[in-house]
Amino acid sequence: MLLFALKRLATGIPTLLLLMTLTFFLMRLAPGGPFDKERSLPPEIELALKAEYHLDESLPRQYAHYLGGLLRGDLGPSFQYQGSRVSELLGKGLKVSALLGGLAMLLALLLGAAAGIFAAVRQHRWPDVTLMSAALLGISIPAYVIAPLMVLVFAVTLHWLPAGGWADGRVADVLLPVLALALAQVAAIARLMRGALLEVLHAPFIRTARAKGLPERIVIFRHALKPALMPLLSHLGPATAGILTGSVVVEQIFDVPGIGRYFVQGALNRDYTLVLGVVSFYGALIVLFNFVVDLLYGVLDPRVRLT
Amino acid sequence: MSTQPLSPCPSPASGRGERSSSLGQESLRRLLARPVPVTAAVLLALLMLMVLLGPVLSPHAVDAIDFDGPWSTPPSLANSHWFGTDSLGRDVFVRTLAGGRISLLVGLFATAVSLLIGVSYGAVAGYFGGRTDAWMMRAVDILYALPFLFLVILLMVMLGRNVVLIFVAIGAINWLDMARIVRGQTLSLKQREFVQAAVASGESNASIIRTHIVPNLLGVVAVYVTLTIPQVILTESFLSFLGLGVQEPNTSWGALVNEGAREMELCPWSLLFPAGFMATTLMCFNLLGDGLRDALDLKAY
Repeated sequence: MLLFALKRLATGIPTLLLLMTLTFFLMRLAPGGPFDKERSLPPEIELALKAEYHLDESLPRQYAHYLGGLLRGDLGPSFQYQGSRVSELLGKGLKVSALLGGLAMLLALLLGAAAGIFAAVRQHRWPDVTLMSAALLGISIPAYVIAPLMVLVFAVTLHWLPAGGWADGRVADVLLPVLALALAQVAAIARLMRGALLEVLHAPFIRTARAKGLPERIVIFRHALKPALMPLLSHLGPATAGILTGSVVVEQIFDVPGIGRYFVQGALNRDYTLVLGVVSFYGALIVLFNFVVDLLYGVLDPRVRLT
Repeated sequence: MSTQPLSPCPSPASGRGERSSSLGQESLRRLLARPVPVTAAVLLALLMLMVLLGPVLSPHAVDAIDFDGPWSTPPSLANSHWFGTDSLGRDVFVRTLAGGRISLLVGLFATAVSLLIGVSYGAVAGYFGGRTDAWMMRAVDILYALPFLFLVILLMVMLGRNVVLIFVAIGAINWLDMARIVRGQTLSLKQREFVQAAVASGESNASIIRTHIVPNLLGVVAVYVTLTIPQVILTESFLSFLGLGVQEPNTSWGALVNEGAREMELCPWSLLFPAGFMATTLMCFNLLGDGLRDALDLKAY
């Protein structure tokens, strides 16, 4: 088991390194720099600024410098928000984004799994057809279409909820962004859950359980559910990635001060360190998630460990 | 699709029936028997026709401002603004359909890019097998874990926003699924007699992959093409929504939804029509893809 864990961890590190390297060079190779303004700075000030941020060194030296800092847990100073470190900004945004993303994920898992199980148990009857049509609609309509529509209905027309803003995460503020973020994942998880459960329900051991005369409730929840949850588990990695990327637009639409907004602003302002920080952080999060999922997989299904 | 005797159909249904029916005929019959994918296909054809012809039918141009009528007029049949006008007085009907042209174009071209990369990568990995396969698939696993969309956003911000770059960038991040599926199919195709025969007759590897492997992948590939197109359209509209995709005077559904969302209190129709068209298109592609997959009797990946 330990060997298995180490092997899995070993694939995570090159992934992360690749991601950071790509991001680093992508940003540096592009024309334009963080200190390009309409009015050019006096040359000595520009030089001093560049020296301050190590931009006067060669690219490989800058890269080494950045990696060195990263190992010490230092993401460097932000170019745009002068005087703050990237890690401080991320910390501030994380509180908001983690609440938003965490709630969305929880909602997606609970609602998605419940809908999927319900549809599978009623296969080909009207609850199944209705739920699966809704799920198809859910994966076909992106968050940035649903979000404005929800604002139109609940904020503009009905005046039930605010259209945006984030005052310390009041329930009213959180509701719409979480829903918008979760819906696509609810749909994806429901489809997955239904498919997985249906496949298990056709397995011989379920026929045995039914032949023993067990009530349907026990057959489903005691016998069929656990193996059917496995595909759901491996979907957690992609789901996390989906929620992270989705949060970029959802935070934009609802004016939520989270990490996603820092990313877009940082990219537009050539804030090298901020963008690198966000991408590295999100990359690390996804790698970590995939690692945990792999471990859980190894625990739940010992066959996986052999490969 | 070819009916040569040396390229039998990989689906289990091929053994049925006396005359050798090709993959195409067999699954086409099964596909046509289902109402849902057929309806989706018909709707898609209609949508494409509309997108192609629509802007020609309307008297208005994409970026023309109608100074006669008041701005943000609701949809009406009387004044030739069938879907109304937006807050700048531009015709929503023409803009929705012209945006659809770009969105569908991106969908097709970016899918073609992902098809090219995915099929060649997967076929090579599956055909050569062994260590080559292991390393190539390890690379896919590593790439799989990358949040690519962030890199594409960066690419768009950094390297300017031209349409060709969008095609390539979106296609380049969507080939992983295709590569995995093609590899799996190739692994099983490799065991088939007609490939063994080609190997024994001394054909070169490149020629075997080209003439025996790839043509037999067409069915699977067709399914994943229909499922990749909506993903690609979604990615493009995501970028356009952030203002990083298609630039004025061109427009796409994502860009239109973005504009519509900003002025929905004034003229909700400028959000609802592009959003509705995009959702319908994506749904039809997904329904068609699911239907094709069932018709070809493939397991859902």
